[in-house]
Amino acid sequence: MHEMSIAQSILDIIQQEMDKNNLTKLIQVKVKHGRLTNTVPEALSMAFECLTVQTPMASAIFELEEIPSRYQCTKCQHEFSPEDPARLFVPCPSCGEEFGHTVLAGRELYIEYIEAQ
Amino acid sequence: MKVSVIRNVLEANDRLANELKEHLTRRGILSLNLMSSPGAGKTSLLERTLTDLKGEFKMAVIEGDLQTDNDARRVAATGAQAVQINTEGGCHLNSSMVMEALKQLDLDGLDILFIENVGNLVCPAEFDVGEDFKITLLSVTEGDDKPEKYPVMFSLSTAMILNKVDLLPYVNFNMERAANFGKALNKDIAVLPVSCQTGEGLDGWYDWLRTARAGKKA
Repeated sequence: MHEMSIAQSILDIIQQEMDKNNLTKLIQVKVKHGRLTNTVPEALSMAFECLTVQTPMASAIFELEEIPSRYQCTKCQHEFSPEDPARLFVPCPSCGEEFGHTVLAGRELYIEYIEAQ
Repeated sequence: MKVSVIRNVLEANDRLANELKEHLTRRGILSLNLMSSPGAGKTSLLERTLTDLKGEFKMAVIEGDLQTDNDARRVAATGAQAVQINTEGGCHLNSSMVMEALKQLDLDGLDILFIENVGNLVCPAEFDVGEDFKITLLSVTEGDDKPEKYPVMFSLSTAMILNKVDLLPYVNFNMERAANFGKALNKDIAVLPVSCQTGEGLDGWYDWLRTARAGKKA
């Protein structure tokens, strides 16, 4: 449900960037989203589509790329990503510590680039 | 033409959230974002807290719901200031809604601002609303595996309140399991078992509040 708000924020930023560069037609936008944000790619694509109908952004390609989660173990400092990407939080594969790993990656949600004319 | 952007999608909300936090900090107000699924007991916890600590702190509440001002009326009955936000279908509060609501509150001498988010264990986690701390409530009737199933909110919370512990004899809920799931996500998370019905454990929550409030003042 909150994908609508996210899609609207994406549109606002795209519009600002297009205005800044005197561009009027969006061709493509690429968004990267961390595994640890509650972003549902299908819902976000759908929201983008709904919000751009009959606008100059309507036919643009909306590309999403997930950034896997990455942690550092608080006990042995080992850096790791869960082997099973479906699991968000796992014990350290090196020493087995379960608690309190530092999140190094996975909380990102940003627009990497736009392509426009 | 390709334009490198690299801008945080939620930058507008984050910017406003920071402004809000600075605004409240200048006034020495502790601000707490209370989140949970619907019916976990956020409003009941506030009713108890606002009543029991009335003589100790000046507190105000911003209530977020899709519809009705039921909750604002409930907390206002304790004598505290309350403002209701109706999101009309929106699944979370954001900073601009809170900023608008804040204009309706008298902040003079205020010690603690509670922001009761829309009941939802997913979306509110993504949107800062100017809080010092996020607090997630979980009631024992919901099941002890909720932190594992909905990890994002718990991983960002400073405290996890386990409510309705008076119902433990009737439900299959393992306190240690819930606490451990929470700690796996966030090893420093404070786990506070309470019952808003019987009052059990509320002292622990009040002590947590006192410490948080003292930290804000200094």
